This record gives sequence, C-alpha cells and structure tokens, in this order.
Amino acid sequence: MTLDTSAVTPLGDGGEPSGATATPAGERDAEGSPPRSPAWRRRVSRWDTRLSPYLYVSPFFVVFALVGMFPLLYTGYVSVHEWGLLGGKGDFVGLDNYARVVEDRYFWNALRNTISIFVLSSVPQILIALVLAALLDTQLRARTLWRMSVLIPFVVAPAAVALIFGNVFGDRYGLVNEMLQGIGLEPIRWHVNTLASHVAIASMVNWRWTGYNALIFLAAMQAVPRELYESAAIDGAGKVRQFLSVTLPLIRPTLLFVVITSTIGGLQIFAEPRLFDTQGLGGSDRQYQTLTMYLWELGWRVRDLGMASAVAWLLFLIIIVFALVNLAVSRRVGALGARR
Amino acid sequence: MQNTTIGLLGQSRPQAGRLRRGAAIGAVGVLLPGLFAACGGDDSGDESADGKIKLTVATFNEFGYEGLIEEYNAMQDEVVVEQKKAGTANEHQDNLYTKLAAGSGLSDIEAIEVDWLAALMEESDAFVDLSDSEVEGRWLDWKAEAATTEDGALIGYGTDIGPEGICYRSDLFKRAGLPTDREEVAKMFTTWDTYFDAGRDFVKKSDAAWYDASGATAQAMINQTEYSFEDEDNNVIAADNPEVKAVFDTVTSLAEEGLSTNLVQWSEDWTASFQNDGFATMACPGWMLGVIEGNAEGVEGWDIANAFPGGAGLWGGSYLTVPKQGEHQEEAMELAKWLTAPEQQIKAFEAKGTFPSQNDALEDPVLLESTNAFFNDAPTGEILAERAEAIAFIPHKGPKYADINTAFQQAIQRVDEGKESADEAWQSFLADVERLG
Repeated sequence: MTLDTSAVTPLGDGGEPSGATATPAGERDAEGSPPRSPAWRRRVSRWDTRLSPYLYVSPFFVVFALVGMFPLLYTGYVSVHEWGLLGGKGDFVGLDNYARVVEDRYFWNALRNTISIFVLSSVPQILIALVLAALLDTQLRARTLWRMSVLIPFVVAPAAVALIFGNVFGDRYGLVNEMLQGIGLEPIRWHVNTLASHVAIASMVNWRWTGYNALIFLAAMQAVPRELYESAAIDGAGKVRQFLSVTLPLIRPTLLFVVITSTIGGLQIFAEPRLFDTQGLGGSDRQYQTLTMYLWELGWRVRDLGMASAVAWLLFLIIIVFALVNLAVSRRVGALGARR
Repeated sequence: MQNTTIGLLGQSRPQAGRLRRGAAIGAVGVLLPGLFAACGGDDSGDESADGKIKLTVATFNEFGYEGLIEEYNAMQDEVVVEQKKAGTANEHQDNLYTKLAAGSGLSDIEAIEVDWLAALMEESDAFVDLSDSEVEGRWLDWKAEAATTEDGALIGYGTDIGPEGICYRSDLFKRAGLPTDREEVAKMFTTWDTYFDAGRDFVKKSDAAWYDASGATAQAMINQTEYSFEDEDNNVIAADNPEVKAVFDTVTSLAEEGLSTNLVQWSEDWTASFQNDGFATMACPGWMLGVIEGNAEGVEGWDIANAFPGGAGLWGGSYLTVPKQGEHQEEAMELAKWLTAPEQQIKAFEAKGTFPSQNDALEDPVLLESTNAFFNDAPTGEILAERAEAIAFIPHKGPKYADINTAFQQAIQRVDEGKESADEAWQSFLADVERLG
C-alpha cells in the first residue's frame, strides 16, 4: 500500500496529459504492473522536464493562434473570394480583389495620407518623448507628479480627444483659428487643406502618445549606470554630449522597441481621422482618409469584404516593410551614436 | 556589474533584437485582424433566473422606449425585455451588418433606419415575415409598402417617420425686414423658387446665411425625386439623370450667391453656427426639433412654419425587425407588435418626440395638441401631422443609394470648400459613380 501512493502521485500529475494510459494503469493496479517501475518513473520525470516549459508557454500561443493567426489566415482566405458583407462568400477570384484595390485611385490616396500622417506623428513624437524623458530623468522637485502627469493624455479616450481637438481645429469657429484671426493672420482650413488636416490629426496622435513613450524612455534611461555620466563629465562632456554619447547608445534597444510599436500603431491610425470627419470618409476629397478608414469604407459602406480583406493584407505587408526599414535605420542611428 | 545594472534591455543585443522583431511581427498579426474582430458575439442569454424568457431590443439614438419596456415587463410574466442602445445610427448599422454576416449575435428585435432598408431588403430571408391580419392598415400606406418584399413579406414594423417643416429664426427675419408670423412665412416657403428668392432677399440685408448646409438642401430636393440615383430596376442612372444635375447646379450656384453657410451638417462648425447666428432657416423633421433646441440653447427666436418647399419631404424614420437568428421569434414578434401600436408610439412621441407612423396615432389628440415652447409655442404636433399627410410618394432608394448619395454630398462639399469648381466637382462625382459600379 505504501508503494501504491508513492507511485500514483507522479503518475497522476506527470502522466495525465498522455490521457489514454491513465485508465489502463489504474486497472492493472492490483497486479503490480510495469507503469510503476522506477524506469517508468524516470521516463515520466524526463518528459516533465522536457515538455513542461512548452506547456507553460502554450497558453499564449493557443490564444495567439485563435485571435491572431486564425483571423490573419482567414482574412487571406476571404481576400481571394468574392465576399459581400451581407451576402457572404461567393466565387473564388484569385488575386482579383488585390488587382481592384491597386487599381483604385483612392487606395493610393489613402496610402499617401497614411504615410504622411505617420511621419508627421511618429517623428516629432519620438523626438519630443526623448527630450521629455531626458528632462524627467534630471533632479526635479516633485518628480513623481511630473512623471505621472505626462501620462494623463494617454488615459483620455480617443473619442474624447477627437471631440476636444475637433473644437480646437474647427475651420470657422475653432480655437486655433480664432486666435490666429485675433493676431491678424489668415485662418487655416483644417478640414479642407490636405497638409493642415494631417497636421491636426498628427497633433491628436502626438498629444496622446508622447507622454507614454516618454515614460518608456525614462525607464530605460534610469537603468543607465550613473558612473558613466560621471566619467563622461570628467572627460569634459557637456549635457548634450552626454545625452548623445552615453544615453542614446545605451537605450537603443528601447528606442527600437518604441520605433517599431509606433510604426505599427501609426500605420493603423483610425479613430482620430475617422472622428475628425462627420461623414467618415476623411474629408470632401478624402484629404485624410487613411488605409484603415479605406478598409472600413470598403467593408462596411461598400460592403465588399473581399476587397476589404485584400486591403488588410496589403496593409499588413506594408507595415512589415516599414518596420524592417525603421529597424535598420534606427540601428544605424544607434550605432553612429556609439561610435562617437 | 555593468551588465546587471543595465538589466534586461542591455544584455545580449542581437538576440534581444531578434526576439523583439518576432514579437513585433506577432503583434501585427494580432492587431490587424482586431479590426475585424471588433464586434464579438455576445450571447443574448435565453432565460433569466426566474425562468422567464429574456428578449433583447437593439435601438440607436432615441426611440423613447425606456418607459414602454418597463411597462411591458410589468404587464406580463412570460418574458423580460432588455434594451440595448447604440449611441449613433452608424454604430448600430455596423454592428447589425457584421452580425447579420456572421449569422449570430443579433438581438431578438433589431431597429433599422429607412436608408438601409433597400440593402436589407435584399437579405429579406434573414428576417421573419411579420405580416399579420392584426396589423394590416396600422401604418401609412407607403410606410408599410416600403418594408414589404415582392412576395408580400413584411420585414419590419414601422416606428417613426420624419415629415419635414421649415424651422426659422424669426428674430433674424425681423431684422432683415421679412415677415415673422408663422402663417405668412409659410406662404414664402411653398416652392423652392419662392424659398430661394426669399433667401436672396434675406442675405442682402443680413450677415447670416439663408440655410444651414448646401448638402441638407440638396438632400431635401433629392428626397422629392422619385427616381434619383437608381431607376425602378436599380440600374444606376445618377450620371445621366437631369434631375440630379439640376439639384447639383442649383445648390452650388446658390452657395456662390451666399445662401449657404458652406458648412457640413453635424460638423463642429455647423453645431457652433447655431450659437453664432450662422443661418436663418433649415429643413426640420420632428426629431430635429430636439437637436436644434440642444444646439441653440439660450438662443431666442426659433419658430417652425407649416410648409415645405416643393410640397412635402421626409427625412429619416425607422422600423423594428425580428431577425431569424433569434430563438424566440414568436415572443419577439409579439413585443414588436405591441411597441409599434399607436398607443405606445404616442408615449414614445411624448418621451422623445419621435413622430409616429401609425394612422391612428396621427389623429391622436395628444399628438395634435402638443406644442413646443422653444419654438415659440408652435403647435408642432399638428404641423408635422399635416406635413406627413402631404406626402404623396416616397423616393425609390436602391441598394447603391447610400453610397452614391455620399459621393454626391462630398461633391457639393468640395464646391462649398472651394476645393473644386462646380464643373470639376461634377466630373469627379461622375468618376466616383463609375467607381462604385
């Protein structure tokens, strides 16, 4: 009986995943069968060390397969079919949907807008966040207060941001234009002029994300050993030089991370431009229709899921290309800083 | 030592880089399809704790059903009704289309807007045929006809309609030397020509524009055209239809004359223009009265004339449908029948001003005797009831209507904004129609 309990415990835990063996093992119990032998136990324990790590990480991959991989592949499947939003699946059409998307002038228009808004938001955003983080990293009074307050814009819902900025950037009765007119300047037509609309939308994005990125940079900067600054100071490096030659190279991995995530986010921008326009198509001439808005238009207004899925895949590929280019560029930048 | 202080971010760079790249690409995979997954299916739960059947009613904006649903829950003990309200019609429409496509997840009763009706009629198989001798003749003829398929299936019970009058600022009228009395103003608004002439006269003597938006005026005129963008067989005729071109030419040339604010309806500037004496008149269906009252809070002088240029016009209005996905179609139909009965719609009108589409409700004293204090105590119930009776036909709206209309509105907006000349905007509109196929 003593043998019984000691043998059952490891089997019950380690052997369970192999399911089928559990019941026969129980039946053979009385006869004192092979599964209880020390050799079997060793094997189970070996499986345990080998397989357990995979089991522990598997939930992520199971969830990823369900909510990431499956939709991705299914979107690909939809994109090669004629597929109405309401009518459902139609004939297989190969790359026809892709061809129709590429031939549509509004696709290129949306791509141009997306890249323009992305550049106008990501570049200043990262630069300002870096400077902000460097300032927050110094000896300030009430440090925590300052650090927390840069995050406030991030917790405001995008819809609320759009509402506020909608009033700030009103063409006729907006705050900015009233101020411009107050000092005798011409009002800027935020919803009409293409570049102006991109600047307005980019400032909504920047307002929301700069503080968030600054905090990530700050965390990285705090991990930079203080001795390095001391040595640099002894060598005669000023604050700017210290920032360029010590801080930047040492936070490079974080910089890469932020660049990649803001690339992914920036190219998928939707809520801000969508809410900047009451019709939802990004202005009378689609001055600020982004790729995701174009996708939404095809899927939910024109009700052609096949074409919308083709856009989703094209966007996916574009994002990968951009992420890789950015990765290469930011590495180069980091490396340059290190060499100095 | 150094390595440990730098910590996670510093160690073994190449590897960390590769890992992060993998994570980033993985993240792309997660984020992109997220666009599609935005509307997950929520199970509409079958039975509540006490064994009653649970029914859900999905509506948008304000249907005025809150009190009615409480009343229904109290008067019987078989079902418990719950209302799901979407903030905007667009949000509701996206949800409806997505779940209709998915084949599950819809509420037992789904409200639909008249502008989507044509597209949904093509999917009439997805909805329960609600025709029943008990409800025959309940609605204005055209209201029920619009929701009836060729095979005679009724896919929706009418809730409200949007007969239009013209709302106007009597204080601005007075300053410009125009008559302010409701009856006299109505005489100026019988045809589009007299309405526009009064406008030309008005803008000469006032800083304000005549109407709120070129797009809204164009919309009102299009709504009086039986076949505008599509013919009887849903062939697209927008490009060659002289009536469409005439509407386009009229509103764009009037904008040049200064009759329009050149703003887009529902934009921030449009909303702000109510407070800034931006314009003097606008087309207003019943549900618009509440919008004006909200936007123009504190502004005195609003009134409503019992007239609409060109006879009569409709703007909006909804139906209740019972999707076939639902498990309790009979109970849902029963509830929809009760909610859309004249007695109930009168209560909804009292609650939120949604104007009823039921014949009996249109003769109800509660409706006819209602007045609106914000609009100079105008008998709004009586005025809108008369406007509803004046409607002779409803314009044909095929499955492409909404898309073409959006392109049409955008073309007008481009002229308003000075982005394109009227000719250029018309040409690009033609290209858009071509693109929509």
